[in-house]
Amino acid sequence: MTVRIGVVAFQGAWGEHLRLLERLGTEGFPLRSGPLPEDLAGVVLPGGESTVIGRHLVASGLSAALAAGIDAGLPALGTCAGAILLARRLEGPAPEGRIPRVPFLVRRNAWGGGAPQSGTQRDSFEGVLSWNDGQSSRGVFIRAPRFDEPEEGVTVLARFGEEPVALRWRNLFVAAFHPELDGGGPLHSLFLDACRRFGNNAAVPRRA
Amino acid sequence: MNLNVHAREERNGGAEGGAGMGGDAAVPREVRCDVNASGNGCPGTDDVPCPRVRRGTETLKEGLARMQVGGVIMDVTNAEQARIAESAGAVAVMALDRVPSELRKSGGVARMAAPERILEIREAVSIPVMAKARIGHFVEAQILEALGVDCIDESEVLTPADEEVHIDKHAFSVPFVCGCRNLGEALRRIAEGAAMIRTKGEAGTGNVVEAVRHVRAVARDLRRVLAADGEELVSLARELGVPVAQLLRCREAGRLPVVQFAAGGIATPADAALMMRLGCDGVFVGSAIFTSSDPRRRAEAIVEAVAHYDDPSVLARVSSGIGEAMAGTDVRRLAPEERLQERGV
Repeated sequence: MTVRIGVVAFQGAWGEHLRLLERLGTEGFPLRSGPLPEDLAGVVLPGGESTVIGRHLVASGLSAALAAGIDAGLPALGTCAGAILLARRLEGPAPEGRIPRVPFLVRRNAWGGGAPQSGTQRDSFEGVLSWNDGQSSRGVFIRAPRFDEPEEGVTVLARFGEEPVALRWRNLFVAAFHPELDGGGPLHSLFLDACRRFGNNAAVPRRA
Repeated sequence: MNLNVHAREERNGGAEGGAGMGGDAAVPREVRCDVNASGNGCPGTDDVPCPRVRRGTETLKEGLARMQVGGVIMDVTNAEQARIAESAGAVAVMALDRVPSELRKSGGVARMAAPERILEIREAVSIPVMAKARIGHFVEAQILEALGVDCIDESEVLTPADEEVHIDKHAFSVPFVCGCRNLGEALRRIAEGAAMIRTKGEAGTGNVVEAVRHVRAVARDLRRVLAADGEELVSLARELGVPVAQLLRCREAGRLPVVQFAAGGIATPADAALMMRLGCDGVFVGSAIFTSSDPRRRAEAIVEAVAHYDDPSVLARVSSGIGEAMAGTDVRRLAPEERLQERGV
């Protein structure tokens, strides 16, 4: 059974996420306003500028709708800017519209080695990731955030060197890199599994 | 030396190669595995690049542009304007000494912005900072890359340094955006390594007519490329003045193979939405924000208009109460030498 996955489609690489979902045999659709559709099985917060996506989440009312959905178990995947919006703790100025659920600390564009937010495009890189099941894959990091201090209950799914770069907490997945530019890989398998499980359980209407 | 050869192969992915391989402009690309250097056992040397880290690749350069999609990139000339632009929802700022409408009035030679101005602006915001280099001025571009700007605009708004040859953009780790008036120009710039394309429009006029002309011209020729028989491609490539490989890339993507923004004369939320409706991925707004009567509200309104370009009720709401737009110029009254779009080949 295919499930329907909404991709937050204001700004950033939402088109790439939609194309990837289609390639993986899942139905994705652009999500720009609330309320959430009844048959929504998962949501993707794409890469882009977190300050801009966050503004649109607030203005459209989606931020509150997604927070309620996520608290009811709706799976979500946040890549790069999307991960910043899902992080419970954040260093430096916080974008509005966050849905701060995943318990870890995020530092925005922080691969520059200097002061916080000192990362620029010259610090962007492609690197080989090690997954906790022994797989390896390429990761595309563009002015990427750094992940730190994952709390109890958070699984580190992938690391680059020593650094955690993909995390899972309950039904929420965050990545510092861009699987949508790179064919998906292990993260999408896990996320889509979670979406299918959630979607199938919701065959009975979820709302009273 | 070895390092350079390897980097170039990597960047071009063995594909077209094509335009402008000016060796002197080439900057050795970093291949050192210096990310998380502590104890990751990097096996790379100067001759054998580290297999774990690559920088300045096409994926990274075009990827930065993809992260800008659906956004507004705003011209700013100081830190305060940059902060206003960021808080109004800009996806990036373009750091300049003077906005295009001022450059038009002041005349003289327009050059790369002063480094201290660019750094002041970079300090003020967390979003990407872009800056302009003169067409063909690869040293200005190297300086901008060394300053750590996130993207370079090889721009006709500045006085060209070279009237025949554009910068070999493959030689840089930093992505470039370039202007175009038609598909041929767009694909020549992409063949030279541009990671992002924008219409030229007619900068500093507040008049959207030229940007509309240019985006329609690109779309018209793209339709021909997509509809052509395979055997017609070579003559089409010759007519457009581009490598055949670039036409194949268009056919594979079903569109321009990189992100395409509108620029040049966009002054209102309606202008921005019009360019989105015509198929652009986002917009640059130059003089129109900080020469208007209420820059912050105009900036916010244009950001909303780009995200909701196909919803006229949102456009009606955000177009209200945003003060006076810049006065603007009738492009037909410009003398040929005043038309910035004629610069570049």
